[in-house]
Amino acid sequence: MPTMTYLQAISDGLRTEMRRDERVFVMGEDIGTFGGAFKVTDGFIDEFGSDRVMDTPLAESAIIGTAVGAAVVGLRPVCEMQFADFVSCGFDQLVNVAGKMYYRQGLPVNITVRLPSGGGFSGGPFHSQNPEAWFMHAPGLKVVAPSIPADAKGLLIGAMRDPNPVLFLEHKHLYRRVRGDVPEGDDPTPFTARVARPGSDLVVMAYGAMVHTALEATEDLDGASVQVLDLRSLVPLDEEAILAAVRECSKVVIVDEANATCAAGAQVAALIAEKGFEDLDGPVVRVSTPDVPIPFSPPLEQAVLPSVDRVREACRELLAY
Amino acid sequence: MGAGAGGTLAVEDRVALLRYMLLMRAIEERAMNLYRQGKVPGSFYDGFGQEAVSVGAAFAMSPQDRLCILHRDLGAHLVRGVEPWRIFAQYMGRADGITRGRDGNVHFGDHTKGCVGMVSMLPDMMLVATGMAMAFRLRGERRCAITWFGDGSTSRGDFHEAMNWAGVQRLPVIFVLENNQYAYSTPLSQQFAVDPVERAAAYGFPGLTVDGNDVEAVFEATWAARERALSGDGPTLIEAVTMRMHGHAAHDDMKYVPKQQVEEWRRKDPIDRQSARVAELGVDVAALREEIRELVDAAAERALRSPMPDPETATEGVFHEGEEILLGDGDAPYSAFRST
Repeated sequence: MPTMTYLQAISDGLRTEMRRDERVFVMGEDIGTFGGAFKVTDGFIDEFGSDRVMDTPLAESAIIGTAVGAAVVGLRPVCEMQFADFVSCGFDQLVNVAGKMYYRQGLPVNITVRLPSGGGFSGGPFHSQNPEAWFMHAPGLKVVAPSIPADAKGLLIGAMRDPNPVLFLEHKHLYRRVRGDVPEGDDPTPFTARVARPGSDLVVMAYGAMVHTALEATEDLDGASVQVLDLRSLVPLDEEAILAAVRECSKVVIVDEANATCAAGAQVAALIAEKGFEDLDGPVVRVSTPDVPIPFSPPLEQAVLPSVDRVREACRELLAY
Repeated sequence: MGAGAGGTLAVEDRVALLRYMLLMRAIEERAMNLYRQGKVPGSFYDGFGQEAVSVGAAFAMSPQDRLCILHRDLGAHLVRGVEPWRIFAQYMGRADGITRGRDGNVHFGDHTKGCVGMVSMLPDMMLVATGMAMAFRLRGERRCAITWFGDGSTSRGDFHEAMNWAGVQRLPVIFVLENNQYAYSTPLSQQFAVDPVERAAAYGFPGLTVDGNDVEAVFEATWAARERALSGDGPTLIEAVTMRMHGHAAHDDMKYVPKQQVEEWRRKDPIDRQSARVAELGVDVAALREEIRELVDAAAERALRSPMPDPETATEGVFHEGEEILLGDGDAPYSAFRST
């Protein structure tokens, strides 16, 4: 099994599916000749040509809106937002056109929107956001967020094959920082949670980059057996896996890199309150980014993003409860 | 009766254009009555006085062309073959409506007929139509996409994004700007400083103005735009100048419109004009009107018998599972398509 970075795995997933299915094409700003701001599609234009690796005008609403049109006549567009933050400019097309199309008129919209998300490198207020919860709230959109290279490839393949609009959150801070084994072939990863590390005293639930923060924070936590559950898919949310982890561990810490209010973790906490209350042996604890724009200067940014220390401290307190 | 070719209309086509306009008006008049009787939930929007724009433009489309239709363009749905009884069922939120009660009034598109329904955020569908055209170009297919939008829509960013994108990629798409003088209560003078048809040149393709109350003129302009699109010459912006003769919706008494303006436009009624043309050809227009009346009576009756949707199904069908569903081919009644 080859070893790849998270970024290479995304490229591999795209390339694999584009070779397999000629309906798949990628579109976005600076993705063709330049290979993308993060080089995810580096060299693609040589293999697939400029029609299937389409450099577009700087127009996010148009990238998503035209993708919807191409999808309903039989293509499989994969849109790249240069940064996840810019999806706000395409919000209307996603939420009102793509998300509601199937419910209203029985016409599925098979588009994938790649969202390079997350902070940790002084991207500032417009290059660091985690916008996944905006779309969890909008019916008709699926939302996935891999944390490891194998899932980056597999979830992306799954997204391209899913007949519905899928938002694919790829965390920028993982691009070159995380390496791992990636299966050959073209098997999709199911939109379910994954146990990143088994354990029975406490479970940390997270997704994306925060899975790594959770693993590091709990690697040696005074001998406690700490499970880390990688949610992987936010819509659909794997209720069964979440509640199973609650039953097994009875103590839950939920980590979001996103701003706290109405974040994915808030939904997980609500789910546990409704359906897992009897299995709890302590309050559900959340660690997240406070409700502020992501600041630019390193000490300010580090002050708001959930750190290994904050997660560790939260776990220690809950274990002692 | 010979078939039309190359954009010329045979007698049967000229009668068909009238027939679709009469049908649109009769359906909307009946639906307004149903609304007043409390049988149409929400509000009701119609295209009274604008029938020539949707009928004339849709009539130029082949079965394989694709349409994104606006809310005052019922005629386009009729041209594509949507049955009138299902339209009444749609208005009344019944299970047999095109959206099965999930969306209201003219917010529908029968995907089996190659049509996509609009959303209320205007003109979002300009981008969807542009994307369809982009797919046709990528696959090297000789077909086009068409979409309608209003004068108010030209103020939003998606208008610019679609016009620019279509111009850059020289896409086979037809933009029909339905200039009906008012966006809700806002007159043109408060919407733009320069007639938006002039913007087309800035995006690198032609823009032209047609009499939006002349169904044959709308057809001819659209046909020419389609020829351009199929030849690889790119998009066209057609501004069809017309008048919204009713309020924005059923609740709107249109007090903000000068009476004189309405009277002036009443004399340019598109149905009266096409009726006169067709009568001159020896067609019995009165008989046609009677046929339409009976058809609409029967359609409304049938729709009234359609059940309301089951509340148990309200949460179903948010996500699709299973086989691919794509837009199908619609009817294309223009005789030239039949003869080719």
